[in-house]
Amino acid sequence: MWKSRDDKPLPITPSQPAFTPPAPAPTVTVKETAARTSDPFRADVAHIGKSVLIKGELSGSEDLYLDGEVEGRIDLREHTVVIGPNGRVRATISARELVLHGRVEGNVQAAERVELKKSSTLMGDVSTQRIVIEDGAFFKGAIDIPKEARLDARKAVAAHAGSSATAPSLSSISSSSSSSSSSSSSPAPQTSLLEPKSQG
Amino acid sequence: MSSVAHNMLRWFRGAGESGLPRVAATKSQPRATRHSSGLAEFMRRITGDEKMCILDLGQTSHINIPYFTQRGARVYNEDILGSLQEKSYMVRDEDGVQRLDITTFFQENFDYPENHFDAILGWDIADYLPEPVVKPLIERVHRILKPSGGMLGYFHTKDAGPDAPFFRYHVLKNDTVELAPGPNFRLQRVFTNRHIENLFAGFSSVKFFLGRDNVREVLVVR
Repeated sequence: MWKSRDDKPLPITPSQPAFTPPAPAPTVTVKETAARTSDPFRADVAHIGKSVLIKGELSGSEDLYLDGEVEGRIDLREHTVVIGPNGRVRATISARELVLHGRVEGNVQAAERVELKKSSTLMGDVSTQRIVIEDGAFFKGAIDIPKEARLDARKAVAAHAGSSATAPSLSSISSSSSSSSSSSSSPAPQTSLLEPKSQG
Repeated sequence: MSSVAHNMLRWFRGAGESGLPRVAATKSQPRATRHSSGLAEFMRRITGDEKMCILDLGQTSHINIPYFTQRGARVYNEDILGSLQEKSYMVRDEDGVQRLDITTFFQENFDYPENHFDAILGWDIADYLPEPVVKPLIERVHRILKPSGGMLGYFHTKDAGPDAPFFRYHVLKNDTVELAPGPNFRLQRVFTNRHIENLFAGFSSVKFFLGRDNVREVLVVR
């Protein structure tokens, strides 16, 4: 499934967001995915530095770490694109995975996953199977999850709910921050003051 | 823990009964949850249709987007209050007075086709919008909502003062939202029920919900 590599996958550090796929998957896949996206300086990753400006179409057959500027189009459908904190992209992006630390203005199509880090800004429409958003990310646009991906996610949730006494909320699957319910208050009873008024 | 939540909800409506000073929310402050009958009604309206188009007018929420996309909706996010902070929208008129360039703002923001959305989450942004933006925004909401589409809004009551902190809302359950501290946007006004009814006069129905914490929830249907 993955390219064989000589270098060892990096261990997941505590600072890396926990990426837990909804479907039961081999642990090695998760580790490798995290390692691939967290190490932009691997030998099989093309690296574009922050002083580089590219205008036009960018395509290839390897993963890309981009910390510079691109205007035009990025087409790496089979590969992971990581846009670093200095990355500024005005382009449509087609990739297998997109991890965004910087800024993108343009539509994104990612076959597997889009991850928006807390420093990221994405202005455009997104189509992907899974989206992970860190608290603090800025997004303006539309997000579309294909129906097949949603069904997979629901099956995973159902399976998880069946195997544990306390079912997690759906949102916990893709949210990378465990911020919910740090404190709670008792629900305040509410009353409807006005019924719907009928107007033309 | 419950006292923390109680204080959070008191901040939501402004100064508490005890006259405690209002405190601006910060990122480090804890979050509270609150029951929302308006949200429950909102969710009842949108449940079951997998092709819903939902627009969230609040700040980007790492919880709301997955919550709705996993229920089959196409989710749009547009942080109106955040966009209004851009200095490029402030211009000087002939008298040298700075004012908001509404025309340019709406050319670059909130530009959607008519009858596009099934539902809009407006949260409490109307209370924080500059006066010239309120009416044009609601007119656009009416235009981009589909017939029978609805918008959920929260409104402060008269107890809230200008320092009532701004919160971001995360949907935890169909009837529960989490209040997370947001930027220090200033409360611009407090709508009365009459104001709200006038504001949404073009809509076919306006339904009010009132919680114990004096937050009015309003569900309007085009």
